[in-house]
Amino acid sequence: MSPGAARLELLAAQFAALSLVAFGGANAVIPEMRRQAVTAHHWMSDAQFAHLFAIAQAAPGPNVMISTLVGWKVAGIPGAVVATLAMCGPSSVLAFAASGLWERAREARWRIALAAGLAPVTVGLVGASAWLLTRAADQNWRQAAVTMAAAAYGLLSKRNPLWCLGAAAALGFAGLL
Amino acid sequence: MTRELQSNEVVGRPTTAALFLSFLGVGLSGFGGVLPFARRMLVEKRGWLTTTEFNETLALCQALPGPNIVNVAVVVGARFAGLGGSAAAFLGLMGAPVAIVLALAAIYDRYGETGPAAHFIAGLGAAACGLVAATAFKMAYPFVRQRAAASLILIGLTFVAIVGLQISLVWVVLVLGPIGFALAWRGAAKAAAQ
Repeated sequence: MSPGAARLELLAAQFAALSLVAFGGANAVIPEMRRQAVTAHHWMSDAQFAHLFAIAQAAPGPNVMISTLVGWKVAGIPGAVVATLAMCGPSSVLAFAASGLWERAREARWRIALAAGLAPVTVGLVGASAWLLTRAADQNWRQAAVTMAAAAYGLLSKRNPLWCLGAAAALGFAGLL
Repeated sequence: MTRELQSNEVVGRPTTAALFLSFLGVGLSGFGGVLPFARRMLVEKRGWLTTTEFNETLALCQALPGPNIVNVAVVVGARFAGLGGSAAAFLGLMGAPVAIVLALAAIYDRYGETGPAAHFIAGLGAAACGLVAATAFKMAYPFVRQRAAASLILIGLTFVAIVGLQISLVWVVLVLGPIGFALAWRGAAKAAAQ
């Protein structure tokens, strides 16, 4: 097998596995995505991973775009397509199969416990994502101040997050960060 | 019109083409998550789901692994047009954002590592992780308010396992997930007894 095909196969296997443990969506699996891309396989530096995440946030669309960009960084456009499909495929098959069952089990205790029980784990995972991304992204106190301001914006403002991203990007572009 | 339809009001069954086009619009409208826009399209603009139906669909999609909004597209597509509907909704949702994000990535690849573009991305990155932190705090707040000690410990354990001990996510979910399920199982029994 050519090295390119081997990389695509590895991407497919890794993202398919992530797809099935992504309780709470794509932001919950960012630590694991980062661990594999940066620590385990040395596909990119910590800072590059943080850059890709920033680009994914600045583009319209679902959070899952970070997997598209990791795939792209590893193996170009084919990598992007493979990573995106692998990240969405197994969970989509599960969702397709489960939709009828879920409707019938409306009052079932297992259904209520399943929905409520995984929530704390999801919160911890999203918190870990924020921590690891911040550690990778912020190189000085000014950038750390922007992160704190953005967190405050996210907590207190109901406006579109794009305003906050745009303002921070403008500060950076002006050379202030 | 943004009127919410009442239950069982007859609405035309969406075709695969309508599913594709509607989810195309959803995919292009949101930044850092498109769920609110999906709700607006499905409940308010098209009237394909009632508020209750949407909430139940969302509960399922959040309990399942995988990107929540992708699950919503698959489940809604399946409900109205079977496998073809799921595929149409999925492709509509993902097609345009994937193309756009790859175009941005190509620009980053060419200019991003140095100069003004690098500064631009540094600012963007600093704010993006702050927004994720805000999401985490918002998700944690109900547990703090209810003083749900066991859940808060579980949140802390998950965080420490990932950040501090750097344990693989699969193991974290396989070990802590069932503990959370057991706690919620007991909680559901208590709520039923009251």
